[in-house]
Formats: sequence, C-alpha cells, structure tokens
Amino acid sequence: MKQADAVLSAELRAEFDAICARYPQRRAALLPILHRVQETLGWLSKDAMESVAEYLGIAPVEVQGVVSFYPMYRREPGGRHHVSVCKNISCHLMGAEALFAAIEKRFGVKPGETTSDGAFTLQAVQCQGACGYGPMLDLDGAYHEHLSADSAVELLECLE
Amino acid sequence: MSGLQVRLLTRRLADATYDGSLAAYHADGGWKQFERALTEMTPDAVIQEVKDSGLRGRGGAGFPSGLKWSFMPKGADKPHYLLVNADESEPGTFKDRLLMERDPHLVVEGAALAAYAIGARCVYVYVRGEYRHARACMDRAIAEARAAGLLGERIFGGEFALEMHTHPGAGAYICGEETALMESLEGKRGHPRPKPPFPAGFGAWGMPTTINNVETVATTPVILEMGAAEYRKHGTEASPGTFLVGVSGHVERPGVYELPLGIRARTVIDDVCGGVRGGKALKAFYVGGSSTGLLPAEHADVALDHDSVRKLGVMLGTGGLIAMDEDTCIVRATKVLADFYDHETCGQCSQCRIGMEWSHQIIGRIEAGQGRPDDVDTLLELIDNYSGGKTICAFADGAAMPYRTAILAFRDEWDAHVRLGGCPFESSARAGMERVHA
Repeated sequence: MKQADAVLSAELRAEFDAICARYPQRRAALLPILHRVQETLGWLSKDAMESVAEYLGIAPVEVQGVVSFYPMYRREPGGRHHVSVCKNISCHLMGAEALFAAIEKRFGVKPGETTSDGAFTLQAVQCQGACGYGPMLDLDGAYHEHLSADSAVELLECLE
Repeated sequence: MSGLQVRLLTRRLADATYDGSLAAYHADGGWKQFERALTEMTPDAVIQEVKDSGLRGRGGAGFPSGLKWSFMPKGADKPHYLLVNADESEPGTFKDRLLMERDPHLVVEGAALAAYAIGARCVYVYVRGEYRHARACMDRAIAEARAAGLLGERIFGGEFALEMHTHPGAGAYICGEETALMESLEGKRGHPRPKPPFPAGFGAWGMPTTINNVETVATTPVILEMGAAEYRKHGTEASPGTFLVGVSGHVERPGVYELPLGIRARTVIDDVCGGVRGGKALKAFYVGGSSTGLLPAEHADVALDHDSVRKLGVMLGTGGLIAMDEDTCIVRATKVLADFYDHETCGQCSQCRIGMEWSHQIIGRIEAGQGRPDDVDTLLELIDNYSGGKTICAFADGAAMPYRTAILAFRDEWDAHVRLGGCPFESSARAGMERVHA
C-alpha cells in the first residue's frame, strides 16, 4: 500500500481531489490540503508531509519547505487545544502583556509551551486582524475578543 | 459619531439585523450592477466608469484601479485571473474582515464585476488563514451565487462564464504582497517576485493577472450604482470617495468606520471615536497600518488622503489608524513592531533578512536599557542601508517607515533610554531621570 493511502483516509483524498480541481495545477492545492490534514491529525508529522507530497506528485522537501515557511502549520504535536494570543501593536496597547502574565501565573505556561496536563498549547502570534477589539485570542480557530486578563483565564480554565 | 460616517459600501451594515445572505443583499438592490454590466455594458465601459470615479486601490499602494485593469491584455488566447487580496495582515488593519463577514455578496459581486472588466473567467479570493469565519462567509456567498446562476456558465443567458474560489493563506504576512500572494496561491513559499514582469503580463501560473484588495472590488458595485460623478462628490479631487478606517489603540470607541477621504485624523480620533481613552492627550498615531509610519500629535490635523499624508513623509496605507496616548513609550511600541518585522521577513534579500534581525537587536537592547551611546545613529544608518527600493519588494521599506518616523519624531525618548539605562516612563527609570534633571 502506498504511504499516502495509509495516512490519508479515502474521505480526505476524495476531498483533496475536489480541491485540486479548482486550480489549473494540482500543486496549488497544497496550502488548503495541509490545513485539512492538520485539522484531522492535529499536526503535520514527517509521515503526513510525505503523504501529501506523494498525493500531489511533488518532492517531500517541497512540502517541508512550505510547512516551515508558514507559521500556522505545526511541526510538533501540541496540547488538546490551541490558544494563540495576539501580541502585536494594537493588542499590546490594550493590555496583551497582562494576558500573557495572567496565563503564565495561572497555568504555568509561556508562549510556545503546553500545560502540564496537556490541555492547551499557548502561542504568541502576530496581528490577527481584530485590532479594534483587543486584547484577543484565537481558541481552536475561533476568535475571542474584548478580553481582560481575568476573562482570558476564565475562558482557558474551561478547557479539558 | 455615526453622523460623520458616509455609508456607501457599508450602508446595509447600519441595520444590525442584516444577515448578509443572497436574499437580503438582493432585496437591497444587490447583484443588479453585475446584471446591468453583463447585459448593457462592455468591459471597457466598466473600466471607464471606474477610471472616471478616480478610485484608488485600498490595499496600501493607492494605485488607480481603473488604470490597473486597463493594463490587462485584450483577447482570450490565455486565461486571465483576478486575485482578490484578502490577506489583511497589516498591523492595525481589520476592515476587509468586516466586509467579508457582514456583506460577503458585496465582495463577490464586486469581484465578479472586476473579473468581467479584465476578461477573467476565474477568481481566487486569497483569505488569510486565521480568518476562518470570514472565509466561511465568503464560501457561503459564492455557493449561493453559483446556485442562483450568478456564477457559472452563461450568466444572464450571455457568453460570460465565471468561477470563484476562496484560498486560505497560512499565517505569513508577506503573502499580502501581490507577487508573494501569487507564489503562495501556486502552493509555494511566499517569496515576492522581482518586477518586471508585472502581474498583468506574467502573473499567477504565468498568465495575465490582476490583484485587487477586498475593499477595492467591493467599491465597484457602489460606483456603478451611483455613477462616477456622484461618487466623486465624496472625498477629495485626487482621492475621491470614501474609505474604511479601522481605528484601534487608545480611543474611546475603536472600530471600523466608513469616512470620506480627506477627513482629518483629529476628527476621526476625537469626533468619530470619542477621543483618546480616559480623557488623556494624544501622543502619536500610525496613519494607516504600522508600515505607513507614525505621526506625532502635532500633525493630527492632517487630512487623510493620499497626497496630504505623503507630504508629511507617511502613507495612507490600509486605513488602519492606531492611536497612542501620552503615557505610551514610543521605544516600547517600536520594539513590539520590531518583533513583528523580524519574524515576518521572508529572508529572500540579504539586506532585509540581516537588516530586520540587526534592527531588532538594536531596538531590543535600547528598550531593555542596554543601549550603547551610538546605537540610535547606527540604527538610522542601518535603516538607510535596507530602505529606498534596495530589495525585491517593499517589506523592508515598510519596516523602515515606523522605525525612522519614531526616531525622528521622538529622538529624545530614544536618547533617554540609552542615557538612563531604562524606560523613562517606568517609575525606577523616571526617578533616575528626575535625578539627572535635578
């Protein structure tokens, strides 16, 4: 069995076929496909990248080069949830630093780290386009805006 | 205050119950301009109307949109592409998200009109990866339009056929640069391409391509609906119309407002946004996103149009006005931006790759109170070495703007950080400064 068949389910491959059909060249489907693989598997392992390369008919190093270029792709497994707090200028002016301090105090994690119970991985990210509604964080792909240090901690306390 | 807003693009959004569906958009006259263009107007007539309106691109550079469209070659021997740039990543910019989430059919109709004008049969809307909700709203609108026969084959019974898809980015700021966007669309690392060749001749997959910002295409149905002459009654002679201003930072009412070009920055901050938060004084503001540069409060009377801000050495950019109150440390704010530019350089040009890292180091140590006596001058010299068109794209110039303007306008603050070994706005260093002055 080819590796792509082992890592990528038939459903995923059917979905990828439809994505490829949107473009004049199959390779253009790489970014959307990597998003879907990451959503499904949680992160992009070497096996996953090689499977995508095989599926698209490109060299594995081409996929690795793309994965390492784009900050949203995860090359390591993380916690059960992913928390991205914006640290850029607009959120900074509205108190993003207090969010990081409160999260570190309550959960013992700095940006780039995962809580000891594996509940979530914290990332400090650049501008998310929520500048008028900061400070903000993205929790598993959904924005939470108008936060305070207290409300951010309260939100993360609910994560299992 | 809503009274200062001029709602041309955002008129439907004044109604909080407006749901952005095809039915709601259609009920308010939506998709009528696309029908009129396809049944009554030639592509050149659409381009002429947009040229007459004086519309300038809303993605940062302010290039005349109708002129850009006219650069596309005529004839259908090669596929033509329209790419809608929804990679909105400029710090302080959050306006395109509003259009895509709240009135996606306006964006889809605008993109369809632009595609008709330039002879494109396929549109890709490149949405930054983090904007999952905005992309879902756009996907829904595109699907509704397709089901209603507004996209697809033989639209309105004529020859014109059009496909449209969204495409997700994955968190790289540089992909908002139009040639990096094309590389990213093709499934590659987002490295900007040297120009020439320009996208109209050699774009996505080597085919004639136009890249337009979301707000730019969304303005097109508005211009066709009201007519170029009526549209020009708003704004200034050289910068006609309205634009979306996303205000963030230390104001009472941050948010996105549609305002006439030429409105004064002070009017936006004081009257539209209720003034600086907590009754404090304004210290400085980034004019239109961090990369456009910073102006001190004494320039708050500047009119927000392309030419007026350029006279002060800054740019109108993407309409992201970031206000900072009197307690803000400019060196600290610049350090936050240096983290950003150092992280986001694509690394292709050595001047930029090394320049971003070195600038980050110098700004970082000045901010941390470890600045050396000649650091500020070294930084200015370094900036000169990577800015002014020395690189493939404008990224390095975009970093140079906030660095240089922050140093020139607030040199005393930079020098104080070096002299005091810390921030004069923090109590320990403030005591030190008071001792120095005593």
